[in-house]
Amino acid sequence: MQQEREALDSHRDGYAKQFNNKHSLLVAENAQATQPIITVDRLVKRYKRAEINAVDGVSFTVASGTLFALLGPNGAGKTTIISILTTTLNPTSGGVIVAGYDVVKQASAVRDNVGIIFQKPSLDLNLTAEENVRFHATLYGLYPFRPSYSMMPRAYREQVQELAKVLGIEGELFRPVKKYSGGMKRKLEILRSLLHRPGVLFLDEPTSGLDPTSRRSLWEYLKQVREQHGTTVFLTTHYLEEAEQADSICIINKGRVVSYGTPAQVKAELVEEYLLIDAQDRTRLRTELQQLNLAFEQTPLFKVPLNGGNIHQMLKAIETPLTVVETHTPTVEDAYIEIVGEKR
Amino acid sequence: MIQATRKNMTGPAREVNAILTVAYRDVLKFLRDPARLVQALIFPIIFIGILGGSFQSNIVGEGYNFLTFIFTGVLIQTLFQSTTSGIISLIEDRENDFSQEIFISPISRYSIVFGKILGESLVALVQGIGVIIFGIVFGVPFTLGNALGMIPIAIAACLLGGSFGLILLSSFGSQRAANQILPFLVFPQIFTAGVFNPIHNLPWYLDFLSRISPLRYAVDLARDVFYAGKPEYARVVLAGPLTNLTIMVAMFAVFLFIGTTVFVRSERNK
Repeated sequence: MQQEREALDSHRDGYAKQFNNKHSLLVAENAQATQPIITVDRLVKRYKRAEINAVDGVSFTVASGTLFALLGPNGAGKTTIISILTTTLNPTSGGVIVAGYDVVKQASAVRDNVGIIFQKPSLDLNLTAEENVRFHATLYGLYPFRPSYSMMPRAYREQVQELAKVLGIEGELFRPVKKYSGGMKRKLEILRSLLHRPGVLFLDEPTSGLDPTSRRSLWEYLKQVREQHGTTVFLTTHYLEEAEQADSICIINKGRVVSYGTPAQVKAELVEEYLLIDAQDRTRLRTELQQLNLAFEQTPLFKVPLNGGNIHQMLKAIETPLTVVETHTPTVEDAYIEIVGEKR
Repeated sequence: MIQATRKNMTGPAREVNAILTVAYRDVLKFLRDPARLVQALIFPIIFIGILGGSFQSNIVGEGYNFLTFIFTGVLIQTLFQSTTSGIISLIEDRENDFSQEIFISPISRYSIVFGKILGESLVALVQGIGVIIFGIVFGVPFTLGNALGMIPIAIAACLLGGSFGLILLSSFGSQRAANQILPFLVFPQIFTAGVFNPIHNLPWYLDFLSRISPLRYAVDLARDVFYAGKPEYARVVLAGPLTNLTIMVAMFAVFLFIGTTVFVRSERNK
């Protein structure tokens, strides 16, 4: 047990070293590709009376209009990073620019340009859906405060009705939010957070606790939002299949970035793609693979790493009749488990 | 592509808008919670009806009506304490529901604090009206003139309670800590401020505690107004209205300044 853990630790350290060299290059590359809307530079956060840094020298950039996923196990520092990026927490050191503004010196301007969906729903359950939306609108100074819906300006009423139609809640706009389902609450929060047209929408585990239907419909809605408004979406999630859709992902562990890039880059960097084959005449297959100079592992099936090679040509070269042919293409989850070393 | 942010309101107009929004939400929440309303009125009813009635019938010699004396004290204490508790609920709100939304909005933290004090003051004033109605039902001689005179005092009591809540808020890290310590800071004030017990003569240590109780000055100011021109004035009140008001303003300013500064700073420096 102890040996396994040590082996795993040394494996992860290896990744960390391998990563550190590539990481700075990736940050520079991404920054060059498109104008970043978020730039995080050597961010450090140490909480008061804490002995270690919750966030320890994290750097990444997020290109405008993209979907960015921040992944990591519980306690990795995801919520701390999101809190700093949304100005509710001061960093210990490092620089963070969001939508062109410094999160420490220009916090109010940053808040003007971001929307955030918290882990715990931030709706007032005693109020109706419309009241929750109205309070957001008047809090952000989009419309003057009025004590009732009918007294609000026409533009507001039209905007709300329009958004309610998109969500299919026209008939329930004036019902207390406590009567809404989990999925509807999440949608309402997203609707509300988009009211002030933020450049970046932060979503801190937005689909946790939602059933698969609600999750799917929420993603469809988010996709629509991104297409219509060009909103950058910054996501933290535990559902790794959601991260597959991201334009870039950043995996953190113990406050440090352990992998960063496009999902394909992260997967390629961390998990091997291989071909799994078998034959009735295993001796012949083994000999043939050796003759072809292909590295393999017998488990008892033959695991042949692709190492960037062409599957078709590889199969064509093998003459032994095969009984099993499977390809293994890694998922983000494979990469994640490989890095973090714990199943989720 | 960064979407252009709608900026229909800017500067002070936006902050006032936000203050009204924060305040209105508190009032609306209160009106939608009948249990809280009932709870808020139970103690005043017990104090005025039972305590005031029994004191009035059994304790004689001070030369004034105990029911009325207790009524004035309880009215101000209700206003003060309701606002204090309301402000402290910001600790809980910080971690829950809609208030996360408030804290992430681009409005100044000072506007959040002012909106909260305003909202909780309005909530307290609604409760104050309930107390007055019960007082009248129990036979307290409460005239229209008294009511008009009490309005500014009631507002002052709420504001002082709000600023007191703010200084407590900035000292507590969690709702749990607040709930544990709060009774020791609020409950004794009922006695040291003389809400229903005369405090003309006190041993030195109680006198000291009484003088550092903010509620004392609000209660005494209310009695300054309520008993003005009445023969028992000198036996009931402790200090003149100007003295009480000056001390209240000074306490309010200090609490508000320190409380807001510490609260705003602690919000982001965790």
